Amino acid sequence: MGDAKGFLKFKRQPQAHRAVCERIKDFKEVNFLQSDSCVKEQTSRCMDCGTPFCHSGCPVGNYIPEWNDLVFHDQWEKAFSLLRGTNNLPEITGRICPALCEHACVLGINDDPVTIRENELGIIEHAFKNGLIKPRIPKKRTGKKIAVVGSGPAGLACADQLNYAGHRVVVFERDDAIGGILRYGIPEFKLEKKILDRRIKLFEKEGIKFDTGVNVGVDYKVKKLKEEFDAVCIACGSRFPRDLNIEGRALSGINFAMDYLIQSNKRLKGEIIAFDKLLDARDKQVVIIGGGDTGADCVGVAHRQGACRVVQIEIMPKPATCRTKEYPWPKYPLLLKSSTSHDEGGERDWSVLTKKFIGLDGKVKKLSCVKVEFKKNAQGCPAMQEVEGSEFEIEADLVILALGFMHPEKKGIIEELSLSLDLKGNVKTDNNFMTFKKGIFACGDMRRGQSLIVWAISEGRQSAYYIDKYLMGSSSLPVL
Amino acid sequence: MKPAYLPQKQGLYDPQFEHDSCGVGFVCNIKGKKTHDIVKQGLEVLRRLSHRGATGADPKTGDGAGLLIQFPHEFFASICKDGKINLPEAGYYASGLVFLPQDSAERKFCKEVVQKIIVSEKQLFLGWRSVPVNSQGIGKSARDAQPEIEQIFIGRNKNINDVLIFERKLYLIRKQIENLIQASKIKQKRTFYIPSLSSRTFIYKGLLMADQVDNFFTDLNSQEIKSALALVHSRYSTNTFPTWDLSQPFRFIAHNGEINTLRGNINWMSARESFLSSELFGSDLKKIFPVIVPGGSDSAAIDNVFELLTLSGRSLAHAISMLIPSAWEQNNLLAQNVKAFHKYHTCLIEPWDGPAAIAFTDGQSIGAVLDRNGLRPCRYIVTKSDFVVMASEVGVLDIDPEDILYSGRLEPGKTFFIDTKVGRIIEDSQIKKELAMDQPYEQWVKENMLELGSLPDIVLKKDKVDTLPQLKAFGYTREDLKTIIKPMVESAQEPVGSMGNDTPHAVLSAKPQLLFSYFKQLFAQVTNPPVDPIREELVMSLASYLGPEKNILSDGPDHCHKLIVSRPILTDVEVEKIRKIKKNGFKTKTISLLFKVNRKVDFTRELNKIFRETEAAIKKGYTFIVLSDRGVNKNYASIPSLLAVSGLHHYLLRRSLRTQISIVLESAEPREVNHFALLFGYGADCVNPYLIFSSIELMIKDKELNLDIQKAKDNYIKAIDKGILKVLSKMGISTLQSYRGAQIFEAVGLNQELIDNYFSGTVSRINGASLDIISQETIIRHSQAFPKRALETNYLSTGGVYQWKRDGEFHLWNPESIAALQDAVRNNDLKKYQEFANLINDQSKNPTTLRSLLKFKTQKSIPLDEVEPAEEIIKRFATGAMSFGSISRATHETIAIAMNRLKGKSNTGEGGEDPARFMLRPNGDSARSAIKQVASGRFGVTTNYLVNADELQIKIAQGAKPGEGGQLPGHKVSAMIAKIRYTTPGVTLISPPPHHDIYSIEDLAQLIFDLKNVNPEARISVKLVSEIGVGTIAAGVAKGHADMILISGQDGGTGASPLSSIKYAGLPWELGLSETHQTLVLNDLRSRVRLQTDGQMRTGRDVAIAALLGAEEFGFCTAVLIVLGCVMLRHCNLNNCSVGIATQDEILEKRFGGQAEFIINYFTFVVNELRQIMSSLGIKKVEDMVGRADLLELNNQILPWKAKDVDFSKILYKPQVPKSVITHYCHKQDHGIDKILDLKLITLALSALTENKKVEINQEIKNVNRSTGAMLSGEVCKRFGEIGLLEDMIRCNFKGIAGQSFGAFLAPGITFVLEGLANDYVGKGISGGKIIIYPDKNVSYKTEENIIIGNTSFYGAINGQAYIRGVAGERFCIRNSGLSAVVEGVGDHGCEYMTGGRVVILGATGRNFAAGMSGGIAYCLDEQGDFKKKCNMDMVALEKLDSVDMGIIKNLLTNHCEYTQSVKAKEILDNFHKYVNIFIKVMPLEYKRILEEKKIIKKADLGEYTDG
Repeated sequence: MGDAKGFLKFKRQPQAHRAVCERIKDFKEVNFLQSDSCVKEQTSRCMDCGTPFCHSGCPVGNYIPEWNDLVFHDQWEKAFSLLRGTNNLPEITGRICPALCEHACVLGINDDPVTIRENELGIIEHAFKNGLIKPRIPKKRTGKKIAVVGSGPAGLACADQLNYAGHRVVVFERDDAIGGILRYGIPEFKLEKKILDRRIKLFEKEGIKFDTGVNVGVDYKVKKLKEEFDAVCIACGSRFPRDLNIEGRALSGINFAMDYLIQSNKRLKGEIIAFDKLLDARDKQVVIIGGGDTGADCVGVAHRQGACRVVQIEIMPKPATCRTKEYPWPKYPLLLKSSTSHDEGGERDWSVLTKKFIGLDGKVKKLSCVKVEFKKNAQGCPAMQEVEGSEFEIEADLVILALGFMHPEKKGIIEELSLSLDLKGNVKTDNNFMTFKKGIFACGDMRRGQSLIVWAISEGRQSAYYIDKYLMGSSSLPVL
Repeated sequence: MKPAYLPQKQGLYDPQFEHDSCGVGFVCNIKGKKTHDIVKQGLEVLRRLSHRGATGADPKTGDGAGLLIQFPHEFFASICKDGKINLPEAGYYASGLVFLPQDSAERKFCKEVVQKIIVSEKQLFLGWRSVPVNSQGIGKSARDAQPEIEQIFIGRNKNINDVLIFERKLYLIRKQIENLIQASKIKQKRTFYIPSLSSRTFIYKGLLMADQVDNFFTDLNSQEIKSALALVHSRYSTNTFPTWDLSQPFRFIAHNGEINTLRGNINWMSARESFLSSELFGSDLKKIFPVIVPGGSDSAAIDNVFELLTLSGRSLAHAISMLIPSAWEQNNLLAQNVKAFHKYHTCLIEPWDGPAAIAFTDGQSIGAVLDRNGLRPCRYIVTKSDFVVMASEVGVLDIDPEDILYSGRLEPGKTFFIDTKVGRIIEDSQIKKELAMDQPYEQWVKENMLELGSLPDIVLKKDKVDTLPQLKAFGYTREDLKTIIKPMVESAQEPVGSMGNDTPHAVLSAKPQLLFSYFKQLFAQVTNPPVDPIREELVMSLASYLGPEKNILSDGPDHCHKLIVSRPILTDVEVEKIRKIKKNGFKTKTISLLFKVNRKVDFTRELNKIFRETEAAIKKGYTFIVLSDRGVNKNYASIPSLLAVSGLHHYLLRRSLRTQISIVLESAEPREVNHFALLFGYGADCVNPYLIFSSIELMIKDKELNLDIQKAKDNYIKAIDKGILKVLSKMGISTLQSYRGAQIFEAVGLNQELIDNYFSGTVSRINGASLDIISQETIIRHSQAFPKRALETNYLSTGGVYQWKRDGEFHLWNPESIAALQDAVRNNDLKKYQEFANLINDQSKNPTTLRSLLKFKTQKSIPLDEVEPAEEIIKRFATGAMSFGSISRATHETIAIAMNRLKGKSNTGEGGEDPARFMLRPNGDSARSAIKQVASGRFGVTTNYLVNADELQIKIAQGAKPGEGGQLPGHKVSAMIAKIRYTTPGVTLISPPPHHDIYSIEDLAQLIFDLKNVNPEARISVKLVSEIGVGTIAAGVAKGHADMILISGQDGGTGASPLSSIKYAGLPWELGLSETHQTLVLNDLRSRVRLQTDGQMRTGRDVAIAALLGAEEFGFCTAVLIVLGCVMLRHCNLNNCSVGIATQDEILEKRFGGQAEFIINYFTFVVNELRQIMSSLGIKKVEDMVGRADLLELNNQILPWKAKDVDFSKILYKPQVPKSVITHYCHKQDHGIDKILDLKLITLALSALTENKKVEINQEIKNVNRSTGAMLSGEVCKRFGEIGLLEDMIRCNFKGIAGQSFGAFLAPGITFVLEGLANDYVGKGISGGKIIIYPDKNVSYKTEENIIIGNTSFYGAINGQAYIRGVAGERFCIRNSGLSAVVEGVGDHGCEYMTGGRVVILGATGRNFAAGMSGGIAYCLDEQGDFKKKCNMDMVALEKLDSVDMGIIKNLLTNHCEYTQSVKAKEILDNFHKYVNIFIKVMPLEYKRILEEKKIIKKADLGEYTDG
């Protein structure tokens, strides 16, 4: 622990944001990077607990107290080494991870938790800036070849680990660029794509091959992959969106969030979208259904595109602003989360059920909604009830459905291999991450269901460990 | 019939851990005038020491008593008048008692052996005499085991013309008889025993109580029995087994104390046997082997060696100073030649270390010696009529005060010697001077001893080996570097941590463990005290003497042909110096510990290779070997260093070669203090931890350490040195030389074969891993360091032993279990509790505790409502001793309130309690802790505190750091803490490692007696920590009348403790509790005491197992803190607890969020879980569960790979005892307080107590009147609280010799005046009373030169006044909080650990004055001008008096004069100007700083000083 009394001396200092009036005009990152000295000061708040709940709460098991301590003692390089040891994409989690660790931080029991995410970012950006990051090219190759299908965080983590272990890895991606949801699902203002490119370049230098535009299972059969590679890992995410099949759903102007976000990202990259496919919020009344992170991202994008009104509604009641009994520390609590996008304007409402879409000329114009409440039924489960007389309407030109994802897309690999699925429709594996097809592994959202980036990385790392073990008999890859 | 010896080893009971301690004394006529009176006086001394002995379950069976007198020829001649035996003249025959088997055939056999040997040694067999005994008065168990006692007469062969030659013959005869009979097949061979066989002395002894001796041996009543000296001994043994042979005196000595280093001493002695030779014995010498008779006590063993040394030609004084040398190393007051004498003898034999008062005699001279630390009392009186009485106490004989020539005490390390032939007392300095002149020791030492530092310097070649892979190869973790090594390098101190150990035992851990981790440190408790290695550094020594040993029965310059290594951790250069040594015939051979990994590894073969290589080297004349593990790489791994060292040590011991070579270890493996301690404890001479040094270099290169390389390495060595001293001192051992090979460890989870082969003599009770498993662990570690496919990582593995880590060692307190428990108690959520309980109870995936491997046997269940109600059971629950100081006020009070609501018990911990808490709160709650702890610091232990308790707990040891003291740094001593601890805010408070009034078992009995007197309603409990032998100690404690014994597990928490102690000291409670229960049952003492256990108790299942293993009550500690919000930050030592629990920081304290309800919820869950288990076991009441180990069995299903062979049969053992033996608590102890003097005083003082009228009482007093004043004081405080009565309301004038603890806990308003002498512990814990002591008005000696009160007076004094006209013993005013005292001289360690008060000393002081003194002021009259040499200057400065000081002194001296008529005080007052300049003011530095700050604040009128 850097300074035993650090947490009493310094207040939590989270990253500062660019001014709303400024940032709303462009798609550049909203957060300012913190200076090394600020990061160092913040690390002194870490108490290096005897039982570090942060380290326990982090899905990849980042050695949080250890690197906080090292940074405090100006041992940035050592801190970076430890960070690299557990996390393949720290500059990305450092930006967009919801930081389960901070919710588990012991200081958070009765004070503001340590800025763990920011400290992580501070370390990795310091490492990049100071040339501490050198490609880690394996000295010896095993001669084994592995195909990783999907280049989201799970696929990348898996590929990085396997390459580190000396295998030859090829990552297949059906899109035109690497990164999966990181590339096109996350708006630029939260994660600038150059950050991703920097990492991909490093992976390439280390020997990972990337093959884009290949839709495995559709235009490149897995069977063929299996012949060419010693093992295959599928990490295609969970991209089948939840729909809202109510009256008026067929009206135009109602779109899935992912489609909206992907297009926005592609446009920023310079891609020209045909007018009839264009999803743009300029001068529109935008209604986003779904109160989660993706919904919030859509809010931000819509504002930047020049929407005249943005409304985000959520069926569940407004969460509490501080921990409730149901979510005692150190659990990751369901709390009212306000992203930077919410600071930029728009309206939010909760306990709102959309009953139907009302249109004109085939275009959506209004949403008919009603307020709901949840009461425990006889079985003790909360059951939804409409509040009588609370019906209301919201005008809308563009409706975005940000209702989450159901399960992986069945078309393609799952169908080709007729993989077994669990009850939720995710790919079923044994405890070693192998599907019921020998040599074919699965990880990430595809296996686990829709989740957080840091869980995806964790999944990718674990699957890599089991693949390595499967191929070589044993593995020294670290898994926490 | 009961067996006439200790029971066999059974279950966890092992007779080798029996202890005894005692009263010892002698009387002597200096001129050698023989009278029957001396014998009678000896017997009287014995009787008056009887309270120092003990009785067992059978009140009439003592632990043994006896006396040794000069050979009573006249008496023997008179009884042989009948002509059956023809006696020659005195000196021409010998005699002795012989204890013979009860079985007549076996008896006949024995007698034939005796006669045969006498004849074969060419002496004359004169006859047997049946010794008349009267067994009427003795106890049943003693009588049942009573041997047939006969007396043998042996005539001296005509050709022998010297008594000593005859004595040697007798020795040969006795040893051969003993060996023959022990080798025979007779059943009662343990009954056979020859107390003495001599023509000079005669011993009467047996399994008797002190007052039974002359009644039993009717011979003693004969007027014809005459002697000029009588040596007596009354034994207090921990067991109650009838052992006639272990009574004392032995042939030459009587011992009160304990030899801590016994195991090593025995091993070294046997290793020396093959090199012994003596012209006096010639080839006969072999007949006496083994020198030390197996199965004897420590006292018997030292007697064996003493006998050999004296009979082979050394004088008594010479022999005793070899075995028990004084602490000469750092004594700058000793003459050079005396130092040389000691240094020379250090090369011959290691000290027999431990508390000891030994009286010795050969029938002509008699003397006594005290251990280097002065840990036993020994007082003497010399009369004008040439008579000397010496004993553990004064007052054991009535002596006319007018006749007293001198009243003295034996001082630490000194000898008192009387030669009756020349008829004079020879002083210690004279003895030493004469001994030192015997031989040219100074010259021998100078010419032959070589200092390592004096060898020419060597420049080392740069080591090219990469450090990181080496660190990996030896299993170093990031935690090792960060938590262990870095702090040592930075601060030259051992790292400190907090909370307990909740990781798996080495044998259960899923991670490969270093062999070191299988061993646990043992420590001293009750039967001997630990030492304070910091404050009492002057007795400690780390010096080693390397080089082959010579015959210890001769002397010569060659004997000190040694290499002196002042500290045992060698730098790389130093080990190279030894490797290259060529001087003095020294030669070094390096032997590699490496083995090839890519073939089948067989450690037996590899070890044998090392052993044989060493043996060959010895034969070739090598004197040192270096065992080295340098060079580990992909293909080569190393044998665990401890295995190699200990294996080799034992191999060489068995071949009697060990003393011919020194073992130096050059190893990468040891890193922690405990590793080094183990290596030395198992025989290593020196260790070079080379990898530590290169990793320090690496850390400096990496800027992880900002230190000079040399300084950094030096700091590390210093830290290890200090740590080793601490480990030594925990066991009460002072020198590394005695510790080496003493094996003061217990193994947990190693199998017997491995132990027998390589660690023989070590206790390992649950069996476990074999050599093969140890080798596999080594291979696993190696393959992890050098995996087939190496990944490029530049950091080490995590570790996670001291902190929970995901990829680290498993912890039972982990995020999941902590969160589940907190959730459960906050929401009173049973399901969550069950989730928590399951995480703890089901350790099948991560076995951690021993109890996790147990399961309940299936029984017929009963309905739950038949089980006794929860409210009843909860009364058996207690919370642990956590002081206010270690935890915050809110936490402390919340726990107390919760426990009071539940009718359980909370514990104050060490450090007092705010009297405001003794009152009920308006809502009916009470924050008064039912258990008041009495710990070594005695902080806040006032009379009022003691009377406001339901239980008084004497803390002997604490699970996290048994054998250690503590320290509350000044910055943590807030105004509130200072108030309840009766000290000054900001002044550091030190708790000494031992209770300075408990150096032995009879001392503990005395403290129990003291406390019971103060508060007769409270039960007295004694807290012990589990280790091998704790059962035996508990038996002693039960005999000392404790009402309850608490056996703590090693894993309990702490506010601050060295990490090595948290992890490696002590054993789990499963072993300690079960051993205690079994031993108490075997002794039939179980029904007299309740047993409690604690140590990481968490769930109902834990409680159930504890009950089945023998506990009636259960303590919880860490779990309660977790319930209140603790999340195991393990920062308690930093005052920085972010949840407001373990802190005194006001801001943080406010963050505390715990509630009493949480605790109530928790205990309700626990007790209901327990009730479920009880119902499933078909048990209605907890009482019926106690000791039902038969309901438990080992769960073979879940044993991890290393533990496949663990065996719990000893833990689950139920001793076979007759039905009459009750195996749970049911009888109250008889404390013997129903006929004490205080009852009379209370009656006489009634008008003061009830009508506020002054009373004056006149009373005779004797040494058997102990703890006088304690009960009266309790009575005062019960009625008037802390304030007590007005000054002098009750005045008691005593005349005579007061027993121990005179004026203990004397309350305000009571004045004790004593005309006469007093024993130890005068004014212990005095809380406002006044004590005045002056010698009998008729004495003619100079009061300022004669001892008047004993040792450890005014220990833990809170307040009051004391005027002592005379000299006090050692440790005067130790840990004084606020007493004002005047005394005319003190022994060693005066004012040690003092925190407040004013002490005026008008005479000489002993050494180590003011050690650890952090507060108060002492004024010493330095007439000799040598005070500075005697003062420990670590914490104090010496100043001149200022006007305030003069005022204080004058005031106190005026009182002193008035009260005691002190001549000295009058002289000083009359000529104050003359004396002013020779008074030295001893001022603690910290105290001074704080007083000055206070003054400044006062001046600035800022109001009262408060601690920020």
